[in-house]
Amino acid sequence: MNSSLFFNVTTFGYFASMVLYIAYIATRSKPVAQIARVTALAGFITNTIAIGLRLYESYQLLGIDGRAPLTNLYESVVFFAWSILLVYLLIDLKYKQPSVGAFVLPFAFAGMIWAQFSLSDAIDPLVPALQSNWLTYHVITCFLGYAAFAVACGVSIMYLIKIGKEEKHADESPIGGILGIFPNTRILDDINYKAIMIGFPLLTLGIVTGAAWANYAWGTYWSWDPKETWSLIVWFIYAAFLHARITRGWVGRRAAWLSIIGFAATVFCYLGVNLVLSGLHSYGGS
Amino acid sequence: MTLQKRNPIDKLWDFFCSLKLTIITLLLLAVTSIIGTVLQQNASPEEYIREYGQSNYELFTTLQFTDMYHSWWFVGILGLFSVNLICCSIKNFPRVWKFVKEPALIPGDGTLENSANRAQFTSKEDIQTLTGSLSTFLEKSFAKPIQSEEDGKIYLFAQKGIYSRFGAYITHLSILIIMLGAIMGTVWGYKAYVNIAEGTSTTQVWPRGSNQPLDIGFEVRCDDFQVTYYEGSQRPRDYTSDLVVIDGGKEVIKKTIEVNDPLTYKGLTFYQSSYGPAGNAGFNMQVTVKESGEVLNIRATQGQHIPLPGGYAFAVTDYAPTYQNYGPAAQLHVNTPDGKHGSPFIILQRFPQFDDKRDGIFSFALMGYEEPAMYTGLSVAKDPGVWVVWLGCFLMVFGSCGAFFFSHRRFWICLDSDGGATRVRVAASAHRNQPAFSLAFEELEKNLAQAIENKS
Ligand code: HEM
Repeated sequence: MNSSLFFNVTTFGYFASMVLYIAYIATRSKPVAQIARVTALAGFITNTIAIGLRLYESYQLLGIDGRAPLTNLYESVVFFAWSILLVYLLIDLKYKQPSVGAFVLPFAFAGMIWAQFSLSDAIDPLVPALQSNWLTYHVITCFLGYAAFAVACGVSIMYLIKIGKEEKHADESPIGGILGIFPNTRILDDINYKAIMIGFPLLTLGIVTGAAWANYAWGTYWSWDPKETWSLIVWFIYAAFLHARITRGWVGRRAAWLSIIGFAATVFCYLGVNLVLSGLHSYGGS
Repeated sequence: MTLQKRNPIDKLWDFFCSLKLTIITLLLLAVTSIIGTVLQQNASPEEYIREYGQSNYELFTTLQFTDMYHSWWFVGILGLFSVNLICCSIKNFPRVWKFVKEPALIPGDGTLENSANRAQFTSKEDIQTLTGSLSTFLEKSFAKPIQSEEDGKIYLFAQKGIYSRFGAYITHLSILIIMLGAIMGTVWGYKAYVNIAEGTSTTQVWPRGSNQPLDIGFEVRCDDFQVTYYEGSQRPRDYTSDLVVIDGGKEVIKKTIEVNDPLTYKGLTFYQSSYGPAGNAGFNMQVTVKESGEVLNIRATQGQHIPLPGGYAFAVTDYAPTYQNYGPAAQLHVNTPDGKHGSPFIILQRFPQFDDKRDGIFSFALMGYEEPAMYTGLSVAKDPGVWVVWLGCFLMVFGSCGAFFFSHRRFWICLDSDGGATRVRVAASAHRNQPAFSLAFEELEKNLAQAIENKS
């Protein structure tokens, strides 16, 4: 029994759940939605066990130098997938709109498959700069925030698809077909807002804990390095989103676009900065 | 809409208060911030010219792209953003304050008739008794109500979570506080560095971007510097320095610092940042002149050329604590009298006779050596604004959670006598998260109906 086996099962679970959610949209069959949901939950539990096992393995391998499994790109991606599922399942618990799963599970699956196939899963001991509890708080808060933004992005895509159709067929009876199973645009808009409302304070906390850590390690809480700057860019975009909601004329379509742009910036902040730009944050050489 | 021409001051005020400006400024900050993540900041002119050419470099300097986060235009956008924030808060705060100072004890026009959350009952109970029991009910299930009377009607008003109305303002204030902290840090603080060799001390540090040292008013000594590695690997596990602060001739602090665990004294914080050799390794050598059998005991330091009889010289150029399992080794070469370098060779401490076999006029033996002393490289930061920044950060997280996850919920009950019966009208509102509040209201309405029925 080791964590990589569980990560494999997780990947498969997310894949199966994604396919089932898409099948639900195509068939509108309630039982399919139920199976999709249970599969997603099973994948999430497996993911949790896998992360737990990896923590245990790091202590077995490194003795007292064991550490929370949140320190390299591989570990952060599987934690990101875990966070997406956590936020998704909570939102699903509240709104019970299974079609949303078809637009959220792909993010988690893409992360898992990428981690499994092209990232190193070696458990290396930490270089001195990463030996800080702030790292753990920083990663957890950031990724929970990112996950909420992923859910918001998926919902915004649904919103844009649906509103386009609705406006074209404004005079007709309620739209049927595949889009009929999508939640009402008002609900989609509401989920978008709620998810960002969860994500924004978490991102704020993520930036703050990152600043606290930088201050402990280097004596500057802010140095405008590309990673920090991009996290601020993401923060600005979502702050704009939140204020857009209280102004007339910026709800609906524009809010959905802001949410999608915000998530694109989030992904760039997370991956683009490491893979394209350079800075302090390049995850221990991986 | 009035047709009266608005005066320019009002217009300017509206401009600075507008939320549209907020959105545009936020997006502008987001977009312009990208520049500095793509274009390396504060590099040398040569680097920019090499990468982008002379004319582009001139453009960059004109637009201050090479240090854009401190450029006049970026700071300008931040300034506009702050003015917007301040004006907007000044404009809107009184409205929020009114919720605290003058709670709407009596619901506004139409609230009882049109509120999304409302209910109506009639009861045979007389108005005074019913008021009493509803008052108790509200206090038990929601919050203690305030009672008032107008036009023969009795009103009960109860509220919860009024402080969430301040969430947005606390968040906004926190941004200004963080900016203030950052400015304090720039004005009264500095970043510096200092290298201290093991066993020595310093009273000066070197501010970044200046070549004048700065007196810090006390003494910092480094007793030891160590690098430890993970077992069986070259991966560093920790860099540690044993530091001692000496102030007024007394040792006041002793601390072993490491990365992520600095030392702070009198507002200055010392961070482990780099390290290196301070000086050279020393070697005790025994040189035998093969022809005469003369033995010389020589003390050599790394890289130093040492004369030998007959105009020759030698230098130790390198050493290793273990060389291919043979133990300590040194690498040296001999110069001929006309200054030509001979080819380098290696001698081993554990095998003093080893070098006898080499062709040459001299034979060398390594008797012992000392590693060079290390220096520890410390970053030094003075930032009197950092606590202000943390306070701001705390308020920001606290404020935005307050703004998002709590809402101001209000409850009104209006009782009036309607013939022999008492009419009870109920309305409630929440300033955010209405769907959840509606559910809670339905629950409360049911219990309320029961409470009224039990009385009658
Ligand atoms: C990045 C900076 C900012 C952050 C993080 C921020 C944060 C917030 C938050 C969390 C809320 C509550 C949102 C909601 O109710 O959905 C809010 C509301 C608001 N913000 Fe900001 N804000 C920022 C900048 C500004 C600026 C510059 C202005 C200037 C005009 C402004 C004006 C407002 C207004 C008028 C409200 C509504 C207040 C109310 O509900 O009483 N914000 N802001």
